[in-house]
Amino acid sequence: MSTNLGMPAVAPPGVGHLRGTQSFPDAARGALADSQLRRNLGHATRVIRTKRASVVAELPDWEQLRLAGEALKTATMARLDEHLERLEREVTARGGVVHWARDANDANAIVTRLVQETGETEVVKVKSMATQEIGLNEALEAAGIAAHETDLAELIVQLGHDQPSHILVPAIHRNRAEIREIFLREMPGVDPALTSEPRRLAMAARAFLRERFLRAKVAISGANFGVADTGTLLVVESEGNGRMCLTLPETLITVMGIEKVVPTWQDLEVFLQLLPRSSTGERMNPYTSAWTGVTPGDGPQTFHLVLLDNGRTATLADEVGRAALHCIRCSACLNVCPVYERTGGHAYGSVYPGPIGAVLSPQLTGVEDNASLPYASSLCGACFDACPVRIDIPSLLVRLRAQHVDAQRARSVPSAEALSMAAASWLMSSPGRFAAAEKASRLGRLLGRSAGRISTLPPPLSAWTGSRDAPRPPAETFREWWARERGTS
Amino acid sequence: MSAREDVLARIREANRGAGAPPPPDVPRDYHRSGDHPPGAPEVLALFRDRLVDYKATVIDAPADGVPAAIRGALAQLTGPVVVPPGLPDDWVPGAVVDGADGVGTLSPADLDASAAVVTACAAACATTGTIALDGSPDQGRRALTLVPDVHVCVVRADQVVQTVPELVAALHPPHPITFISGPSATSDIELERVEGVHGPRTLIVVLTDAPTTSA
Ligand code: SF4
Repeated sequence: MSTNLGMPAVAPPGVGHLRGTQSFPDAARGALADSQLRRNLGHATRVIRTKRASVVAELPDWEQLRLAGEALKTATMARLDEHLERLEREVTARGGVVHWARDANDANAIVTRLVQETGETEVVKVKSMATQEIGLNEALEAAGIAAHETDLAELIVQLGHDQPSHILVPAIHRNRAEIREIFLREMPGVDPALTSEPRRLAMAARAFLRERFLRAKVAISGANFGVADTGTLLVVESEGNGRMCLTLPETLITVMGIEKVVPTWQDLEVFLQLLPRSSTGERMNPYTSAWTGVTPGDGPQTFHLVLLDNGRTATLADEVGRAALHCIRCSACLNVCPVYERTGGHAYGSVYPGPIGAVLSPQLTGVEDNASLPYASSLCGACFDACPVRIDIPSLLVRLRAQHVDAQRARSVPSAEALSMAAASWLMSSPGRFAAAEKASRLGRLLGRSAGRISTLPPPLSAWTGSRDAPRPPAETFREWWARERGTS
Repeated sequence: MSAREDVLARIREANRGAGAPPPPDVPRDYHRSGDHPPGAPEVLALFRDRLVDYKATVIDAPADGVPAAIRGALAQLTGPVVVPPGLPDDWVPGAVVDGADGVGTLSPADLDASAAVVTACAAACATTGTIALDGSPDQGRRALTLVPDVHVCVVRADQVVQTVPELVAALHPPHPITFISGPSATSDIELERVEGVHGPRTLIVVLTDAPTTSA
């Protein structure tokens, strides 16, 4: 089949964090009104963009590395079954146990059972997108197991009873004063004289987590890479919380999306250059741990690897959309995206926000369950330019829009929404057309000045506002803002 | 069908459905080796520069000056210094040795109570300021270099390669491998870098410019 529509193998509803409760425009409206959020995001994404640009410019062979990364990922997907079987063989030969999970429910049940078999009721966790995706913490909690996040930003999110809003810096929407308040309120034994200086906040987290690391018996991690030919798993991190979790406990359980496999150890020479420079804007992140099964006398003596599908094979079934599986979760596309910078991560309703989220989440869930996400973009192309593995996100967005409209059409008489999405798709697939329509839509801002929203847009977008109201467009369009900020359009 | 068979069958079906695209050749025309051989003066200068940029301290030592350099690095510290069992005996006189024959004897609490750890390394990379440990007897198990607050790491000049591909080629699983680039750090609060979170807050590199003889 050529599309994933109607495939049964999508990520199931009712578990995990791939579906929002609101459509993107509805959720974004709230975010756009939050000026503190926009200040925090604007500052953070600006800082990280600058850092990334300077370390990328240091490598004269950056484009060759990107091409190699893209080809490596394409080649891996073409033989994904063989690489996973090899990985399984190597991990097993080195004393690890490999489990396969069709979806979030499978994976949560496996991990819960494995923790229960240890007799422990608490675990420490390394930041992991896969375990957030499947809602593992909630599943463990339902079984009476407390999961303690140990990454600083994850800790801020967990203590703040909040949701992550960025792949790499999950608490990017919080500033130092807000973080201080969360720590004072939620961290037992914290010094009441705590200031909002980042160093002091980080030291408070160190003190709080230290004892947890030293007593932990079970750790749960994700993996950035799983090397098929050696059976080696890698976690790339900064703080050392990853090393603590991967080293001190007796049992380690790693949940890895099946697309994270790389064929050979040598392939890391590409990804260990692409990832740190694209993500934190460093030449190399402070710590990367690589382990292979169980090493007698060193680290956890019981190791489980859970290989997770949860909609990945449905994504793989689309000959264009499958490129979303190449993502190495660096977050560069979020940081350069004018839409993300203004709305933040929560508006996307999924643990995968920003441009990659807009193409990955709808494929993991089936496009009907995240129908508005493929429209959460101006198709400016900055995400493609930033992507270290050259995922052509704009083309994927356009394809998903078309699939959404097709699905609507197949369903019955097309709704006004479907027609307008089709129009928008036509419009947004051409930069010139989109720019003109965007300018025209600014008229709506004048009309909607008092209400903060408008109920009519110029054609062809008017079909959309006929069935739902649109947030008042900002004074500048994304494109104009982009041109002003970057000097290009 | 088991979940394993199910997932593998779905992958095969998906690849067939997507037109069974053949794997492309991977172009490897990026720099796979440096302009200079391992340990060349240019490579060492770059390595020093990168380490300092990451707020690590670098101490240069002649081949026979390693014990003195380590002594200097530890001068301000009080408390036990721990070492792996395979470190040359004369490097850190009086150190607490973490077991023998690859079996560590110190508990996490012992390690937490120590002032510093001294180790050798497996390889290093100048371009990124990275040191790699592979659990060899002169580096010890992973917990040893993680829990103490100060890590003194002795790097031989000939272990320092210029590029990441050379570093990756020098390392061999299944040894557990740890890549270390500066002390632990976080940028989670407003993207402001703070050095020293859970791993050692201080990294001191002793760079010896000639091969040492192993004990
Ligand atoms: S899509 Fe590309 S730029 Fe975006 S997070 Fe993934 S790898 Fe990074």
